[in-house]
Amino acid sequence: MLIINNLKASIGGKSILKGITLDIKPGEIHAIMGPNGSGKSTLAAVLAGREFVEVTEGTVTYLGKDLLVMSAEDRAKEGIFLGFQYPIEIPGVSMVNFMKTAVNEHRKHKGLEPLSASDFLKMMREKKEMVEIDSKLANRSVNEGYSGGEKKKNEIFQMAMLEPRLAILDETDSGLDIDALRIVANGVNKLKRPDNSFIVITHYQRLLDYIVPDVVHVLYDGRIVKTAGKELALELEEKGYDWIKKEVENNILA
Amino acid sequence: MNGKSEVTERYIELYKENIEKVSSISSPYINSFRSKAFERFKELGIPTKKDEAYKYTNLNIFFDHDYKSYFMPVTSDFVKAEEFRCDVADLDAHGIVLLNGFYPTINEKLRELPGGIWIGSLNEAAVRFSGLIEKHYGKYAKSETDGLIDLNTAMASDGVFVYVPEGVTMAKPVQVVNLVQSEEDMFNQHRNLIIVEKNAEFSIIICDHTLSPQKFLTNAVTEVYVGENAHFDLIRVQNEHNAACKITHTFIHQERNSVASSNNMTLHGGLIRNSTYHYLGGEGAESYSYGLYLADKWQHIDNFVNVDHAFPHCTSNQLFKGVLDDMSTGAFNGRILVRPDAQGTLAYQRNNNILLTDDAKMDTKPQLEIYADDVKCSHGATIGQLDGDALFYLQSRGINKREARLMLMFGFAHEVIQNIKVEPLRERMDNLVMQRLRGELSRCASCMVKCG
Repeated sequence: MLIINNLKASIGGKSILKGITLDIKPGEIHAIMGPNGSGKSTLAAVLAGREFVEVTEGTVTYLGKDLLVMSAEDRAKEGIFLGFQYPIEIPGVSMVNFMKTAVNEHRKHKGLEPLSASDFLKMMREKKEMVEIDSKLANRSVNEGYSGGEKKKNEIFQMAMLEPRLAILDETDSGLDIDALRIVANGVNKLKRPDNSFIVITHYQRLLDYIVPDVVHVLYDGRIVKTAGKELALELEEKGYDWIKKEVENNILA
Repeated sequence: MNGKSEVTERYIELYKENIEKVSSISSPYINSFRSKAFERFKELGIPTKKDEAYKYTNLNIFFDHDYKSYFMPVTSDFVKAEEFRCDVADLDAHGIVLLNGFYPTINEKLRELPGGIWIGSLNEAAVRFSGLIEKHYGKYAKSETDGLIDLNTAMASDGVFVYVPEGVTMAKPVQVVNLVQSEEDMFNQHRNLIIVEKNAEFSIIICDHTLSPQKFLTNAVTEVYVGENAHFDLIRVQNEHNAACKITHTFIHQERNSVASSNNMTLHGGLIRNSTYHYLGGEGAESYSYGLYLADKWQHIDNFVNVDHAFPHCTSNQLFKGVLDDMSTGAFNGRILVRPDAQGTLAYQRNNNILLTDDAKMDTKPQLEIYADDVKCSHGATIGQLDGDALFYLQSRGINKREARLMLMFGFAHEVIQNIKVEPLRERMDNLVMQRLRGELSRCASCMVKCG
């Protein structure tokens, strides 16, 4: 599904990603963990097509296509979804209008007719129920005045509406209480299919109690320094990141 | 002012040439104001950029021009104008059409509506309702510095008159469609007077349209009296072609515990200047001043707001937003005056602007004069581009950049539109603004002018 090969990227001339290689297959959930400042969000930004990140080396192949030449909106229409760490408030744009436009852009891309108003509202209703989002939220402006937890749930709702092939959740768990965390995780589990994949970026292990990853990577200083099964998350929870840092430094010295 | 400018001289001449004709068709009471106003106009002249209140607006582009006649329509023109129908779906309103500032001669000049409400021609009302006119006419339109108000008083002879008696709630709004149409470049002035008595409720929609492509200059004055505990809403929709200049001066006088709003929706026009004066003349009065302006090409839109807190415990709120494209320019000047006795005042002001190009320009100036201690006042102004993070957020959901920009601009504008109290009009404004932002002309379908 997604093959990242020796990806290097910088922001404002400062090198952030220093050679990332990853292979994500359909149906897999990959967790990317790591201390603050290790480049996790930058990786998400590169994959979603944020323009301020400059790719200096390497390739990203998504479903056989060169991802890096595609615009952000084309990536979305090809099935990539980014769950934002800090969802943006957009006053004056209603959730209904936002989602209707997005869903119909996706349909147009697939050569389908736009949804009728009633079909669209029905779809909204079903997805709201599915991800347990308060139905009143959808009548408001995008994220405007939402609590932190509501914003994150709204990301999951949008994901449910757009049914991506590859969803990248950037610290969707940060700032959530346990109930909201459960709702977010349930959303992911309900949307999981054999033909779609998830990249779950998180600082803490606790989200992974609910979303069970196939592979856990540790990102540190712009590189993936460790890759293992889900037990790695537990080890990190127990021992913190310091032992990883030490290991990396020892390797460099050796 | 020493040595009157050439431009001012033009209008002095215009007055001299036409005053006899104007007076002959006007009521004596309206005529009784003319010579004094003319003397004041001669002193003040046409405002220039040296006048603080007109610092950012060059009126000469339109005023320094030879307008051939002071045009008074004939009956056949009115018949044609009456065919103009606003196409706002579901808008159930009492319609009035003004042609070049005049009330049609073909209709009954004053209409009585249920509840003892009267709507019609100001000139006619000056004769039929002399008591009301003498109590209110010329009492609120006052400015020590703006000669254009005196020019209007000196020469205007007709316009809309509305009288809503004490305790009457008018179920339907009145919609005034101001049409200008002429074979020659034309200068026109009209004068409106709206009286909303104690405990009454009333909304008026004023739509400005041009029906022929000539160069037009309109200088209009509206006086509004809002009695104790009364509610009043004014919604102005301006949609004129690029060779039209519209200058409006609106004076809203409020008594205690009254609530009044003014909504200036400027969609299109060559040069537009709206001055809105809110006088909070009794305890507990609330005033809301909203404005939305969308400009492109060489258009210039200037909003001047003056809120006068003369009594304690009043609230005022100003919200003006603009989107400026191409090399268009805009200005906002919001004055809040809190007089020494106006304790417990709440006064807010916000002006936000989006410039879509490097050539577009906006001047914004808050002007707060506070002479009381117990006052809560705030003001904020921004001039910027579309929010890049918001743009990316929309794009990351598959919405293309052009559409995402439109959605953001629309959302920006909608914050002003949502305050319009007449619902069908609010929806219509949403659509017109969307069309305008898409670059389609936002004229109503029934408009006959192809002014692209």
